[in-house]
Amino acid sequence: MPDQLLQIGRRLLQAVPSVIGIVIISFALTRALPGDPAVYFAGAMADEESIAEVRQALGLDRSLVEQFFIYVSNLLQGDLGLSLNTGLPVLEELLTRLPASLELTFTGLGLAVLIAVPLGMLAATRPGSWIDHLCRVLVTAGVSLPTFFTGLFLIYIFYFLLGWAPSPLGRLDILYLPPPHVTGFYLIDSLLAGDSETFWAALRQLVLPAFTLGLFALAPIARMTRASMLSALGSEYVRTARANGLSHRKVLFTYAFRNAALPLLTTLGMVFSFLLGANVLVEKVFAWPGIGLFAIEALVASDYAAVQGFVLSMALLFVVVNLMIDLLLTLIDPRVSMSD
Amino acid sequence: MKRFLNHFFYVMSENPVTVFAFSLFILIILTALFGPWLAPYDPLATQAANALQPPSLQHWFGTDHLGRDVFSRVIVATRLDLGIALSAVALSFFIGSALGSAAGFWGGWTDRIIGRLSDTIMAFPLFVLAMGIVSALGNSVENIIYATAIINLPFYARVARAETNVRRNAGYVMAARLSGSSDLRILATQVFPNCLPPMMVQISLNMGWAILNAAGLSFIGLGVRPPDAEWGIMVAEGATYIVSGEWWLALFPGAALMLAVFCFNLIGDGLRDLVDPLRRT
Amino acid sequence: MQRRNFLKTAVLGAATLPFLRYLPAEAASRAGTLVVVVGNNINSLDLHRKGTNRPSYQVTVNIYDRLVRFGVKTTADGSLAYDSTKIEPEVAESWQWSADRKSITFKLNPKAKFWDGSPVTAQDVKWSFDRAVSLGGFPAVQMKAGSMTKPEQFVVIDDMTFRIDIPAPSKLTLPDLAVPIPFIINSKVAKANASKDDPWATEYLHKNPAGSGAYKIARWDPGQQFVYQLNEDWALGPKPGIKRVIVREVPSASTRRALTERGDADLYMGIPAKDSKELAAKGKVSISGAPIDNCLHVLALNLKYKPFDNMKVRQAIAFALPYKEIVQAAAYGRGEPMYGGKQATPADITWPQPFPYDTDLAKAKALLAEAGMADGFETTLSYNLGLAEWQEPTALLIQESLGKIGIKVTLDKIPGANWRTASLVEKRLPMHMENFGGWLNYPDYYFFWAYKYGHLFNSSNYKNPEVEALVDSTLHMETTDPQYAENVKRMIAIAFEEVPRIPLYQPYLDAAMQKDVSGYASWFHRQLDVRGIQKA
Repeated sequence: MPDQLLQIGRRLLQAVPSVIGIVIISFALTRALPGDPAVYFAGAMADEESIAEVRQALGLDRSLVEQFFIYVSNLLQGDLGLSLNTGLPVLEELLTRLPASLELTFTGLGLAVLIAVPLGMLAATRPGSWIDHLCRVLVTAGVSLPTFFTGLFLIYIFYFLLGWAPSPLGRLDILYLPPPHVTGFYLIDSLLAGDSETFWAALRQLVLPAFTLGLFALAPIARMTRASMLSALGSEYVRTARANGLSHRKVLFTYAFRNAALPLLTTLGMVFSFLLGANVLVEKVFAWPGIGLFAIEALVASDYAAVQGFVLSMALLFVVVNLMIDLLLTLIDPRVSMSD
Repeated sequence: MKRFLNHFFYVMSENPVTVFAFSLFILIILTALFGPWLAPYDPLATQAANALQPPSLQHWFGTDHLGRDVFSRVIVATRLDLGIALSAVALSFFIGSALGSAAGFWGGWTDRIIGRLSDTIMAFPLFVLAMGIVSALGNSVENIIYATAIINLPFYARVARAETNVRRNAGYVMAARLSGSSDLRILATQVFPNCLPPMMVQISLNMGWAILNAAGLSFIGLGVRPPDAEWGIMVAEGATYIVSGEWWLALFPGAALMLAVFCFNLIGDGLRDLVDPLRRT
Repeated sequence: MQRRNFLKTAVLGAATLPFLRYLPAEAASRAGTLVVVVGNNINSLDLHRKGTNRPSYQVTVNIYDRLVRFGVKTTADGSLAYDSTKIEPEVAESWQWSADRKSITFKLNPKAKFWDGSPVTAQDVKWSFDRAVSLGGFPAVQMKAGSMTKPEQFVVIDDMTFRIDIPAPSKLTLPDLAVPIPFIINSKVAKANASKDDPWATEYLHKNPAGSGAYKIARWDPGQQFVYQLNEDWALGPKPGIKRVIVREVPSASTRRALTERGDADLYMGIPAKDSKELAAKGKVSISGAPIDNCLHVLALNLKYKPFDNMKVRQAIAFALPYKEIVQAAAYGRGEPMYGGKQATPADITWPQPFPYDTDLAKAKALLAEAGMADGFETTLSYNLGLAEWQEPTALLIQESLGKIGIKVTLDKIPGANWRTASLVEKRLPMHMENFGGWLNYPDYYFFWAYKYGHLFNSSNYKNPEVEALVDSTLHMETTDPQYAENVKRMIAIAFEEVPRIPLYQPYLDAAMQKDVSGYASWFHRQLDVRGIQKA
């Protein structure tokens, strides 16, 4: 166990240079953004004098190096600055918006797993057959569409034409109130509050965006399932199990799938990170109040603090997710060493 | 080479989907080359009186909000889209694999620095990084290419590093070293060519990504400059007309875009079989 | 913290009012609730704060009162619009100009009460006005337009009497008190939450308004929505008909349209011209709108760059623009034509009025030849990405049309954040689109901002000593002065001839609403004023 702790510690240390790099790049990138926030936020009809006042108030009249050190020292105190766009502290914004993005990403990922894993297994049991090819074409078609295009078409068909889906207005329809805040995940919070009506309302809002997002995750998951199932099915122990007369089902699910699950888990980690990024466009289409939407708007307005806060928190999230996957792998399979 | 070709035809005959993808690929290339001669109308000529016409015999894919022929625009856009994807991928391929092979071959500090650098890039949400780069540099075709190339760099660097690392102590490398070849020469003539096959898969998959990436950038207004026709920007602009019933504006360029991405993804898949027969049984 | 407050409000609300976990759309209680969709986020509840964005102005309009307000008139097509010529009492019951017209004395209405029940006093008005001129930024600039720059100009005579002194008589002072900026804050509450570093309580008022207006803010979920709740005690006008207004921020325009068409949104503010035209034709929802007073969409030519310093070139371009197509394809007919004027000098002082140009390529070529540029030239046309919806089609049409007279145009779209800097502050765009509209509806006010050298909206770097002198002498002049009409006509005549700004059309501000919604009026500030709205 101490050995494992040491490994975790080393893994964490490995992330440090990346985090430093991220802080520097995000600072440099935001300063390279065009436009002068002082002009943007001084408002309509502001003259040069008032623009200068705003610039000073925002600390933009100092040198870049000075600004950077102020930024870092604030960062160390947990102060991410104030978003000019929404007028609230960036940290507060991120904390309220992150659960929205995570809820959407997890649901999308869950949906994708539910569809892609059976597809991949089906394909693996009949490699080269028309089923195999069909699966491949289907999942590839899924990643071949721009997410915003899929999203808008889904809204058009299921909301506008058919009226089956609720209005695409973020996490809850207009007349609902969010459940009492516990985790920030509306699905969980509403259940905790014993409020099934809000639970269903939140779930209904989630279906279209989660599906749009999930469509994008089908291909890697299905591909990985198929590949690892194939190698598992071809392995020694599965052949032995078959020879011993175990049922097809039992061999498939117990022996083969359990062994195929490990590489699948690694892929899931990657797909999750990827989906968090892909979220940005889906959130814009569905007016989802997550951090992606926040970032797009901040970027357009050259809202430095907000862009930096977003990029930083995303990067940290990636590091944490990867660490968790590694941990999970060690727990499931002691043969996997973290240093790999 | 003959063995490779045999294998190629074997994989092809085994896999009708890949055959389909390759024929689609050839079609796309031909359209890109001869698009301007195939288009029935001038893709830039506006005709405000004839705006937003649904598909008809004169205008197969209808007309857009300025009365431009959507069919001509979709055809002509092929070259630009393919150009963006190709140059972005080529750029990240060359730089990425050079960095990756250097890291894998020499190891040590070179490896550490390049490794951290690519880790840092990978830790960013890729699309957001691309957004940031394009809005910082200004939106033009070149900057979209740079942004796409930068976010794809680490993938090539990683593959190249892994492949080089495995091969740097291989027998033929040792032999070359003993015969007095310089490191650079060995890298270029012995190690690198052997890393190519796995990279080809990545290239094909990335082509699709690059097109999608450009489309996504267009959607938030950071795409190609008008009046040039590009699928992504056409879909992005057309998307706002879906609700008002002018579906053809988004559908046709969207379909073209999907076909292209689809084709590259399938080819990537097919190449993987070609390159690494072990992955398939 | 913020969130907890909201929840508290929400819980309280749920106890007293049926704002509810769920209400079926047809439930009777939705009758008192108006659902509004808008495209932009608000970022503050305090208009005086630095960095408050334009969409946030509507909060101030609805939750705070001003001394005076503009009246409302019915336009030719039956829509309602504000009336720039009619100034009505709000917190001020009456007012009196001094004989030399250098001060106005206001009698406050005893019926004006803050939300906490305390009366609105002259001290509150002074504190609020002092704040508007002291915090700098846009509020200070707008106050200056009404000749109000220093706290000493605001005098408390007694609790219910307040006086404003101005250095010289001006027709702009009174109307400038009716714009959103000089709103009246409950100074007792604000001062209790001020600190030494923050004497004007900007941090507190940013999230916690303290006013006397017809509506209060019931909740604000940044980036998602905010909710107005009726102030039942408001007595400064006809009682508003809507109890609760939910303003939902929906970034995608097509989603906003879908919500409106499906009946999930009652009112859609700032609907794009195309949707407005099509929804009006479908007839399921009603469209209300009016041309925006004192506002023009123009193609501006920057005199700092050759060959735009040559008047003949500017005139050639004015004759080469495809006006009809622009109104048709960019404004979808929701624009008043500003071309095809018959005379070279204006017959009256109507503003804006059509300029004496029309699409005439032969004339354009001739003028270009006269300027010695028969072979044309190359230039860049810039437009704002944030306004791409009308600027992009316009730019494409202009590009094509100018190509026909040999001017090769490259298009350059500039992101919103950079637009103001490039076009208005640094004034470095050779050829670009501009859409200034003056809040105060006087032609000379437009000329002051858009034709005077160095002024913000004169992005053309246009400089003409005669215009400078004319604007200076006319700006504060009463409209009844016989010299006024002469001066304005002369200004317009110069603008006709010199065309540093070529008007394309006068835009409309449209809103779409369900058939049971009435009383919507378009305002110069382009925000939603909820007070007059009724829902059957």
